[in-house]
Amino acid sequence: MRTILDVANMEKYYGSRGNMTKALDGISFQVLEGEFVGIMGASGSGKTTLLNCVSTIDRITSGQIEVGGQDITKLKGNALNRFRREELGFIFQDFHLLDTLTVYENIALALSIRHVSPGEIEKRVKEAAGKLGISGILSKYPYQISGGEKQRTASARAIVGGPKLILADEPTGALDSKASRMLLDCFVRMNEESGSTILMVTHDAFTASYASRILFIKDGRIFSEIRRGKGDKKSFFNQIIDVMALLGGDLNDAV
Amino acid sequence: MMLFKLSLRNLKKSFQDYTVYFLTLVLGVAVFYVFNALDSQNVMQAVSASTREIIQLMLAMLAGVSVFVSINLGFLIVYANNFLIRRRKKEFGVYMTLGMSRGGISRILFGETVVIGLISLGIGLVAGVFASQLMSVLVARMFEADMTSYTFVFSGKAAVKTVIYFGIMYVLVILFNAVTVSRYKLLDLLTAERKNEKVRMKNPILAGAVFLVSLGLLAYCYLSVLGVLGTVDRNQTLLLIGLGSLATFLFFWSLSGLLLRMVQGRKRFYLKDLNLFVFRQMNSRINTMVSTMTVICLMLFLTIGVLSCGVSMNQSLTAELEELTPRDVCMTKSMEAGEGQTPEDAEKSIGEYLEDAGFMVSGELADGYVEITSYVLPELTWESTLGDSREQVMEQFPQLDWSHREELVPLSAYNRIAEFYGAPVYELAEDEYLLLCTFDSVKPIRDMSLKAEAALAVGGKQYRPRYRECQEGYLSMSSSRTVLGIFVLPDSAFEESGALPYCNYLAADYRGKTEAEKLAVEERIDQVTEHGSVYAVSKISLRESSVGIAAIVTFIALYLGIIFLISSAAMLALKELSDSSDNRSRYGILRELGADTEMIRKALFRQIGIFFFLPLSLAFVHSLFGVQFVNRMLLVMQQESQEKSILFTALFILLIYGGYFLATYLGSRRIIEEAD
Repeated sequence: MRTILDVANMEKYYGSRGNMTKALDGISFQVLEGEFVGIMGASGSGKTTLLNCVSTIDRITSGQIEVGGQDITKLKGNALNRFRREELGFIFQDFHLLDTLTVYENIALALSIRHVSPGEIEKRVKEAAGKLGISGILSKYPYQISGGEKQRTASARAIVGGPKLILADEPTGALDSKASRMLLDCFVRMNEESGSTILMVTHDAFTASYASRILFIKDGRIFSEIRRGKGDKKSFFNQIIDVMALLGGDLNDAV
Repeated sequence: MMLFKLSLRNLKKSFQDYTVYFLTLVLGVAVFYVFNALDSQNVMQAVSASTREIIQLMLAMLAGVSVFVSINLGFLIVYANNFLIRRRKKEFGVYMTLGMSRGGISRILFGETVVIGLISLGIGLVAGVFASQLMSVLVARMFEADMTSYTFVFSGKAAVKTVIYFGIMYVLVILFNAVTVSRYKLLDLLTAERKNEKVRMKNPILAGAVFLVSLGLLAYCYLSVLGVLGTVDRNQTLLLIGLGSLATFLFFWSLSGLLLRMVQGRKRFYLKDLNLFVFRQMNSRINTMVSTMTVICLMLFLTIGVLSCGVSMNQSLTAELEELTPRDVCMTKSMEAGEGQTPEDAEKSIGEYLEDAGFMVSGELADGYVEITSYVLPELTWESTLGDSREQVMEQFPQLDWSHREELVPLSAYNRIAEFYGAPVYELAEDEYLLLCTFDSVKPIRDMSLKAEAALAVGGKQYRPRYRECQEGYLSMSSSRTVLGIFVLPDSAFEESGALPYCNYLAADYRGKTEAEKLAVEERIDQVTEHGSVYAVSKISLRESSVGIAAIVTFIALYLGIIFLISSAAMLALKELSDSSDNRSRYGILRELGADTEMIRKALFRQIGIFFFLPLSLAFVHSLFGVQFVNRMLLVMQQESQEKSILFTALFILLIYGGYFLATYLGSRRIIEEAD
């Protein structure tokens, strides 16, 4: 298996010399092609900072991030934009859909930004919509559809360009449990059937239990790592709860 | 004191947001001052008494216009201010959660308005004082005044007036703010940014139908003002203005949905770069923009109309004047008794009348002056000159006075006065006549009967037209081409025809070499003709009134044009800017999706460009037709002057409207690119 994401000794400091906060304190990990990796931690643990740095929205203080063998910390300006639109797919907690566009157009926009030809756009949008079960609502506007449908639209937009890596930041944070389950099932299908590589940040144990590997972060460091292995989701969930108990009480309120 | 500091800090922080608003205020103050300070220009000391009278009239009219202008500016300022405080809802929400009262927020806004008001008044007045120095050069040129002794002028009166008028506007703003703030609810303030606008798609069939209706209405209005559908009277003009405004509104209303649909059909274009975003963006906002765009379009139309008509009228007035006043004076006197004229007085010629009044004609007027008489026949009315085309013509123009008696003049008399004026002279066979007419709206009617070779019956003899159309020529000087119709007949036609003397004309130059000597003669003529039945038109008075009218028209056109233009541009700019701050999150999403900076800037440029360009282009089409209508009403037909005025207007609009467009684009770009 190829390594898609290689993070080496990543550090991110906020503030100045006198009053410094280490948001990320020497994190190293790798994500292989086709993996579904979850990142868990309490609020303030640094998990969102980690995702922002990988997604090039934020810059790291030191260390290296390679995506598909390319060091993205050295990218600037339009090269960075190109990297973002061609190699990454984003899914946010609050969807980040354009309210003025229909579902179809929201997905198509990701492609037209990449100068894909109109015929190709049509084909790929329909394909992505089919995978996420939103073919029936393509002509609707975001305000006309449910939260779960919005998030699946965002997911379709994330995968439609065929990115190397999909980054999801609390994707179920704004969804009820039924919509969450449906979305996560889609993630699993995207991962298993289409071979998409997913890096998902969450503080919710149930959401995390859909991943195949979980990294726990505490105070900017990797605290532990567990793999699902052959076991089912239920036992993996219990495993996660155990680690969270180890991590301390911080996370309990979030379960 | 704490609150005042907070206002100051807010202002400093959001100075860039206020730039457009602030510049508009400064511009408004400066323009207001300049046009109200015209009376203290030092050219006023260098012009004649009668010119000064005209200038007084102009000032009175400008003062009236100023009231209208200040109402316009007042609306703009209140509207603009509303936008700006809306952008700060969240800030007010935070103040209120911290325990500040509504009164406190009102006081903050009060402080801000006072500071902005004082600064804009100060800078605007300084700018106005300097601009009015430039203005005095223009005034001097218009009134042909000698400007060798230039001094710097400051009009205290205008400054005080400006301060008072704008002071009232700012007080209004403060009151409006207080009312707005008192209506705020904390929850709305805090969640102001999360408001999601619903996108309503119009029913395409309805939109299409409305679009067709608007096009039909516009076509009807355009054809009407071109005169294709017959002549337009005053009531119809008002109706047309109403219909045109309605059509404009419907046009923008239906265009929003249709444009998107049309573009969506062209996938190659729609799915390219950020086009789909740009058009969606437009579509989502055009719903709330329809009335604004309509108002702006109509204001732009007014601007273009006022400016180009003002300029072209000025041009043609001054250009025609030289041609139309070849001699110093032309006097006319009715030779019919009645209307305050005794039969003895009526019989007198102008020369006799003047001599009787104590004016020595041969001493005061240069040798070679010409005196002629024109005649009428009771039975020879306009109707009787129509010949075979009578029924058709009378049906077509029922509003004309067909019982009007035609003025007749013997060929030799006409040729004598025409030669003196330098106007064309003619020859006629014994059975021919010719018709003089220079009034543009009557000429075609006259031409119709001439084409039909209508015969003229005088003294039992038939005369046929020598020419198939009206000829150039006049008996009396005038500042514009207003000869409705004069028939020239062979001298023999007047023998035993029963023709009665109608009008006596006397054209002359004053005796005297210098302007002062001529002016003295003019003043003596004014004295003897003031209460009598002789009416004098002189080169001097014509020029002065013509220059005066041209100046009045130009200044009012400039004044209104500038104000309309800056108000509509500022309205649009502020709307765009406040929307840009709402759009920040949308452009943020585009960046997250990896759109290049240039791509985003291009999308923003297009989006703002469309909003500035749409009303302008419809206003341009409106004015293509409207200006022709106005020019025809004002009898300005000179092609050359129209071209000049269009060029001037275009440059003017490009400068101000383009400036606002650029400022809006740069401001919006800054807003969408600023870090969260």
